[in-house]
Amino acid sequence: MIEFRMPSLGSDMDEGKLLKWLVQPGDPVHKGQVIAVVDTSKAAIDVECWSEGVLHALLVEPEAVIPVGTLMAVLRAPGERVEDVDALAAVAMAREVSAPVAAPPPARSAVPAPALSGLTPGARQRVSPAARRRAQELGVDVESVRGSGPDGAITLADVEACAAPPAPAVTAPPAAASRAREMRKVIAAAMARSKREIPHYYLAEDILFANAANWLAQRNAGLPVTQRLLPAALLVKAVAVALQRYPEFNGFWRDGGLNAGAGVHPGIAISLREGGLVAPALRDAAALDIAALTRALLDLVKRTRAGSLRSSELADATITITNLGEQGVASVFGVIYPPQVALVGFGRVMLRPWAVDAGGEAGAADVKALPVLTASLAADHRASDGHRGALLLAQIRDLLQDPQALDAPLHIPEPP
Amino acid sequence: MNRQAIAEQLLQALTEIAPEIDPKAITPAKLLRQQVDLDSADWLNFLVAVHERLGVDIPDADAPKLSTLDKLIDYCAQRLEADGAPAAH
Repeated sequence: MIEFRMPSLGSDMDEGKLLKWLVQPGDPVHKGQVIAVVDTSKAAIDVECWSEGVLHALLVEPEAVIPVGTLMAVLRAPGERVEDVDALAAVAMAREVSAPVAAPPPARSAVPAPALSGLTPGARQRVSPAARRRAQELGVDVESVRGSGPDGAITLADVEACAAPPAPAVTAPPAAASRAREMRKVIAAAMARSKREIPHYYLAEDILFANAANWLAQRNAGLPVTQRLLPAALLVKAVAVALQRYPEFNGFWRDGGLNAGAGVHPGIAISLREGGLVAPALRDAAALDIAALTRALLDLVKRTRAGSLRSSELADATITITNLGEQGVASVFGVIYPPQVALVGFGRVMLRPWAVDAGGEAGAADVKALPVLTASLAADHRASDGHRGALLLAQIRDLLQDPQALDAPLHIPEPP
Repeated sequence: MNRQAIAEQLLQALTEIAPEIDPKAITPAKLLRQQVDLDSADWLNFLVAVHERLGVDIPDADAPKLSTLDKLIDYCAQRLEADGAPAAH
């Protein structure tokens, strides 16, 4: 039996509201399939299932607000028998009952199903005679109704609730203002924790962006808009490649120690017009070329605005990258998003006086106006030291001097 | 395609990439990216959406000049006329 639980979509989330299921019992589920939509303070999130199997039973109703870790559904692993999973699921459910589950006022039948009956093909469903009659009148399939009565029996009210049009709250996202308020609270908690617990140190380095800018301009001049490259993709790529050599900046500080991230999945800070920000992960960024990385970035930004991020994107980020240069500032010194251990920031690319080797006499230099940007690192001193941080920034600087080489996808060996 | 129709398509492209924008609040003569706070990814997504809707592929060299909705409308109208596009898209 495979258990599907409410995922943690970041350290600042402790509960979520199930908006809807996208699968029904009996449906095959493949690895990475989006099977539910969950509302958090940040957005409605498409939640993926990371196991392969057949959906056996849904244990939580839409509209229920449940803590992270709550058992939401069970799946049959390939080859598992229905009866065996029934038995295992019953045990798992019994364990769950002791955990508090906060359900909202029942707009429909919002009570988590106390038993599997009615969800499992072939199991007998208790239906009160009055409810069965009413179901016939209303044209409701009793098999599809989840009972709230004793032992999961379907009552008259359950049938009527099922026939009623869905409550608007099921589909309508919370008003923008209340979402913004919620998000403010969540950000406040995470950032206060960060500054309370994480001994930050900060480093900065001015990086010549002339080669990168020229390379981008040359490539983009011949490209249709659908294939055009973003400067931000080069920055993300440089960070992701550099982190392969400096794992102490990529991961999480947990239980008094550093847990290196499985893979480099930079979270891209995206500010929301309605207030707040999210930093969804761009998975395995180093393995992509700049074209693919640009498309991934565009897709991430678009889906963030449209409110259709996936659960793995919110849970997986191993470091954060913020690019406040868009807003026109020269540099940014970020606050680490716990339990991550570092944040890389980029300021605006601008023309600055830059000393270049004049050739000839040793030490002779010319001053030119060249595109330059400032990269910064905020890092957790428990996990790393300034010397290594300096090497990381220097590596990012050097990588950006050869954009052609940086374009090549990095082969990342499978973790052992 | 007349200016009105082009403007509608551009605004729809804008709300497609940033649903939280109120198109009615946009002043056509003012700087577009500042009014609606588009970052470079939003901007490129917008150009892609314009291409999908109007078939106008805005080259990298031209894009920075198209700073207002009015300028975008003029540019698209010219390009569509030059391409001999039919009046109705």
